[in-house]
Amino acid sequence: MSSEEITHILDTSESMKEVSTRDVKKVPVLRGATVVNLFFEPSTRTRSSFEIAEKRLSADVLNFSLSQSSIVKGETLLDTSRNLVAMGASVIVIRHSMSGAPWVLARELNSSIINAGDGSHEHPSQALLDLFTVREIKGDIRGLKVLIVGDILHSRVAGSNIWGFLKLGAEVRVAGPPTMIPSYVEDFGVKVFYNLDEALDGVDVVMMLRIQRERQEGGMFPSLREYSKFYGLTQERLKLTDGDVLVMHPGPINRGVELSSEVADANQSVILDQVANGIAVRMAMLYVVSTGSLS
Amino acid sequence: MRILIKGGNIVDPSSGVNRRGNILIDDGIIHSYPERTKTIEKDAETRVIDAAGKVVAPGFIDMHTNLGEPGYEHKETMRTGSMAAAAGGFTTVVCMPSTVPVNDNASVTEYILFKARTEAVVNVLPIGAITKGLEGAYIAEIGEMREAGCVGVTDAQYPVMDSRVMRLAMEYTKAFDIPVITDCQDVDLATGGVANEGYISTMLGLKGVPSASEEVMVSRNISLAELAGARLHISHVSTKGAVRLIREAKQRGCNITAEAAPHHFGLTEQAVIGYDTMAKVSPPLRTEADVVALKEGLRDGTIDVIATSHSPHTEDEIKVEFDLAPFGISALETALQVSLQLVRDGVLTLPEMIEKFTVKPAQVLGIPKGSIRVGATADVVIFDEHELVTVDRATFLSKGKNTPFHGAELTGRVLWTIVGGEVVYSV
Repeated sequence: MSSEEITHILDTSESMKEVSTRDVKKVPVLRGATVVNLFFEPSTRTRSSFEIAEKRLSADVLNFSLSQSSIVKGETLLDTSRNLVAMGASVIVIRHSMSGAPWVLARELNSSIINAGDGSHEHPSQALLDLFTVREIKGDIRGLKVLIVGDILHSRVAGSNIWGFLKLGAEVRVAGPPTMIPSYVEDFGVKVFYNLDEALDGVDVVMMLRIQRERQEGGMFPSLREYSKFYGLTQERLKLTDGDVLVMHPGPINRGVELSSEVADANQSVILDQVANGIAVRMAMLYVVSTGSLS
Repeated sequence: MRILIKGGNIVDPSSGVNRRGNILIDDGIIHSYPERTKTIEKDAETRVIDAAGKVVAPGFIDMHTNLGEPGYEHKETMRTGSMAAAAGGFTTVVCMPSTVPVNDNASVTEYILFKARTEAVVNVLPIGAITKGLEGAYIAEIGEMREAGCVGVTDAQYPVMDSRVMRLAMEYTKAFDIPVITDCQDVDLATGGVANEGYISTMLGLKGVPSASEEVMVSRNISLAELAGARLHISHVSTKGAVRLIREAKQRGCNITAEAAPHHFGLTEQAVIGYDTMAKVSPPLRTEADVVALKEGLRDGTIDVIATSHSPHTEDEIKVEFDLAPFGISALETALQVSLQLVRDGVLTLPEMIEKFTVKPAQVLGIPKGSIRVGATADVVIFDEHELVTVDRATFLSKGKNTPFHGAELTGRVLWTIVGGEVVYSV
């Protein structure tokens, strides 16, 4: 997406946010349209957020959740999706554990496809709601220093946010243990830090990523305790930044691991704003996709 | 039945011939290079092929092909694979042991050779497994497989990770004068990898295969070959570092040869963008710097052979998530065209390129092929080196239509393929 396209979605999100403040939180934009949430990974918050967004746009919603094992053993992704199209789905929102899965659908189907997170590739709706949240509070993205901390290597949230914030003119830093920083990430135009304290200097936004326990089993770091000591965000560390820094997290959070409870609940934390804005941003995505105001 | 190939540009690197001339084939053998052809042409029993302006060369040898039999007949059969080979100018293909059952004993070797005799249109020579079941634990019955007709041993895409087992295999093969052919990949380092580790794999969120996973094993295998005094051949070299390691080993006199696949010097990792499963291959398509190094390796002789790594897959298998798609490219029918680009780019002369398709693989395998001297078996290819073709995978004779070159404009077209004096392919 170009910066104009991103800005268009963010602007549309503002109108959508207004809908959520009404007594009757519903507009007839997608009345009569069927939207399918095709989820191959367990995801409560993203799926729920899309579902609420779809319902506020008056779409008929079908949640189609499959475990990854069932698809590997039986029906292919393409066949599953063709069934949904045959049932009349005009938009398919797909979450998949493998990078590029939405591309399989986009290549072969005529329906609109929204990527709700694919493997360790991208999570566009998360990045857009993060951009929206930052823009809403800070006014402008341009010139901000944004730090993303944690498992950059496996994080689709990082993948999309790096693109998004760079496109809108922010400086992007990443920090984490070297085993979780992709070797080539500097080629994207981000600054890499292995020391969190140094990385925090002068930042306007700190985005903490969820640490998945299976990464420890994979030997990416020795223990959650050590991870937390070097890369966890605490009140002490927060003091290294200006007072008006924004603390973000895509959720679900691990209190006491990537961020302390005090930080999660501090004034600077906009974690719940992110969740609320997620609905408006996803409404905007559905709107622009189904009305064709963006290709 | 006699065939007169009239007026072609004969290129036979085995004898150094590179000139316009005529070739007479009689009874399956290269009979002579007649200066005058009028009398021969009058003979009603002689088929005359007008090769004016075309290249006439020894039939190509592909020392790295997956033919699907036994076990993967849905991907390829002796019939379809050999027809694809003929269409690509190959008169001999060497098939990998990663079949079901695995070609790790003489019975399977004999079955493959039986199927080849009855159904294949080109010569088929099997490669046996290094270890039983390709499991990397115990060496297979290499001696009996050699007697049955295997021309090499490899564990194909399942590299022997245990260095002790590899050492034993290299020592054991010395009794049977058979090369040890190795895919070089440290499977632990490459775990889960589906694309070259780099900027593009990071951008696409695909698990990467670092160049080091290949180089670690090239280095180990060279060391073991020096220890064991074995004949080592390294399959589908893909990285700059691997080329350097092989070059250094050759310079100090190590008995080692190597091959490169056309897709590795004809494409880069860019082909994977858009999650094109037809560009998913192992080792993965690498960077421009690797391509440059491969070309230099081909030019200076570090890389002896061009081999296709032909791996056909069905449409159902490739229309899936990138992670789920099988590795491999259907490569027999584009190998010549992609390699001719090396000639156009000045990397190799035409005779040098043909050498890497003919006499070089014959030498590595120790087989009396790859030559069109008088008296040789008449395995011949005639091709146009300049004709522009647009690759259309739908026209492939292989069951596998999986090629990242689909739609590419390449030059070169095979016109006739002759095996043992019989025309098995013509346009």
